[in-house]
Amino acid sequence: MLRNNRVVLGVIGADVHAVGNKILEMVLTEAGFEVINLGVMVSQEEFINAAVESAAGAIWVSSLYGHGEIDCRGLREKCYEAGIGDIHLYVGGNLVVGKRTFDEVEKLFKEMGYDRVYPPGTLPEEAIAHLKEDLADESATD
Amino acid sequence: MKALLIDFGSTYTKVALVSMEPPGLIAVSQAPTTVESDLMEGLEAALASFTGRQLRGVTFKRASSSAAGGLRLVAVGLVPELTVKAAREAALGAGARVLAAYAYTLSGTEIAEIGALKPDLLLLAGGTDGGNREVILENASRIAASALEMPVVVAGNKSAADEAAAILKGKVPRVEVTGNVMPGVDRLNVEPAREAIRGLYLSEITRAKGLDRVQQRVGLVMPTPLAVMKAGELYWKATGRETMIIDLGGATTDVHSFADGRPRDAGRIVKGPPEPPVKRTVEGDLGMRVSLSALLGVIPTGELAESLPFTLDEGALPAYARRASLSRDFLPGDEKERALDGAIAGAAIREALRRHAGSLTETYTPQGRLWVQQGKDLTATAAVIATGGALVHGRDPGALLRAGLSLGDPLVLSPRSPQIFLDRAYILASAGLLGETRPEAALAVLKDTLQPLGGISG
Ligand code: B12
Repeated sequence: MLRNNRVVLGVIGADVHAVGNKILEMVLTEAGFEVINLGVMVSQEEFINAAVESAAGAIWVSSLYGHGEIDCRGLREKCYEAGIGDIHLYVGGNLVVGKRTFDEVEKLFKEMGYDRVYPPGTLPEEAIAHLKEDLADESATD
Repeated sequence: MKALLIDFGSTYTKVALVSMEPPGLIAVSQAPTTVESDLMEGLEAALASFTGRQLRGVTFKRASSSAAGGLRLVAVGLVPELTVKAAREAALGAGARVLAAYAYTLSGTEIAEIGALKPDLLLLAGGTDGGNREVILENASRIAASALEMPVVVAGNKSAADEAAAILKGKVPRVEVTGNVMPGVDRLNVEPAREAIRGLYLSEITRAKGLDRVQQRVGLVMPTPLAVMKAGELYWKATGRETMIIDLGGATTDVHSFADGRPRDAGRIVKGPPEPPVKRTVEGDLGMRVSLSALLGVIPTGELAESLPFTLDEGALPAYARRASLSRDFLPGDEKERALDGAIAGAAIREALRRHAGSLTETYTPQGRLWVQQGKDLTATAAVIATGGALVHGRDPGALLRAGLSLGDPLVLSPRSPQIFLDRAYILASAGLLGETRPEAALAVLKDTLQPLGGISG
């Protein structure tokens, strides 16, 4: 049993790639999660406000258009400020820009406070398995 | 069969005598409101202008009131942009005056502030359904532990609402649990809270204000702004035309819109919190008399001076504002003052619309320009019904309203080419009161009395 099955989902920054977002909403809902989908062009504040009101267990951030690093920086710090510092932050899409390897990118986003970082082409099912683990963990320690 | 519809306004008690079969307005009358003594005295004075014959056959009496400060409310939620905003929308939609709105856990200072405001009612929200519980429960505990004494409507997270009410029970005069104003971050649900607020207004607040005798005698059923809103809602539903009401008052300017507000242009991205189809905003700094000085601080006075056919002496504006704000009954004295008053009214309406209507912002993405809509798209509004002393007594209300509706700003989603109507007889509140039980009669009265002032070409 999951203690909390609510996930806030959205595409961050000025990014309008909408297709992946719809797919993620569908797959997460099918897997039994309550999805609070903020759609495209979502600011960090909107992610946090939605997570605070809904007491969500995780935030799933997508970035497809290549500005992920700038857009995603600072979200964890704002979560701390908003009193939801321990929420699970996931990020995926097209985070690799230029010649960097995914390992470098993963390291970068983890330093920024994201718990799970996914390369392009990740199957949603893989991340959903992680989410079930992460949110189940909580009830064990609670 | 006749109906007597009464509005105890803060300045005037207005009475409309209406025939229900066949539906139509018989006569209207008004007299100064008598708050200090007894509201009934002002009413008797207003009724004195009807003949005994006219009053025969009255089978239906209903009244609204904004006397004695109206319905004064404090709203509490969690996040400012979400449940705090939702609670405000619900309260405004119930015809309340929102004295203040608070977010997150209430501090000691804020509790003391609420105490000093002495609200008639507190609306407690916070958390989407199944979402945050801690803050609404903590706020309930803090209110319970404080000296605050007003009825509370609990309209937050359904998984915490009963518990919050249990904490408050016995500590405040009355607790009412109703549906969450924001069940999900993308959904508003203001109707249950509106009803609950009105219920408490009838059962608790009228008694606390000493209006229970009035309530028994003439059927005081709602605060005035709610009656006005009901008239607009009725007109919207019956005609199918998107509608707006602008009430340019002495102390505030109220704008009500009746429209779903969705984008009229494809290809826009809608951002921001959800908006109610029936939306009311109240601008306390945009009043034509009592708050005229505040108004002049808000509107662009340079523009104002340019629009006048004569040059404005230095110091003329503040001097005018001082005189006008001394009395609610103030009327401009000469031709120059009339022109000035009209120009100010137009500017006040433009500012009120700017705040009420949605807006477009341009965003540049790597792919190029994109339009983001925030708030309601009201560009397709078909009817604007306007009222208020400065309009009714103005020389040319039609011209004044056309100027007020011409914002000249394509980025504000205000009405573009509506038909304009003037409510000269202050019939809106009466129609709202009647409309709850006799919608056909109320609609007939509206159609009888609203004066068409032509349209605006977009
Ligand atoms: C369609 C498309 C567009 C359309 C979008 C229409 C729309 N409203 O959706 C339009 C034409 C508008 C567009 C514009 C641009 N695009 Co484009 N676009 C694409 C394209 C061809 C397909 C995207 C798509 O829908 N994929 C299908 C979905 C299902 O996959 P997905 O989005 O990747 O999402 C899945 C996974 O990534 C993952 N996922 C996503 N987020 C997350 C989050 C988590 C936590 C997890 C676990 C998983 C996960 O799960 C999703 C579902 O399976 C891609 C190329 C490609 N083949 O991917 C380029 C692509 C994304 N676009 C690109 C670019 C550069 C742009 C523009 C900047 C181009 C420009 N210069 O104008 C603009 C940016 C506009 C903006 N402001 O966002 C680049 C991005 C490069 C980068 N990041 O390094 C790509 C990769 C093309 C390329 N190879 O250059 N684009």
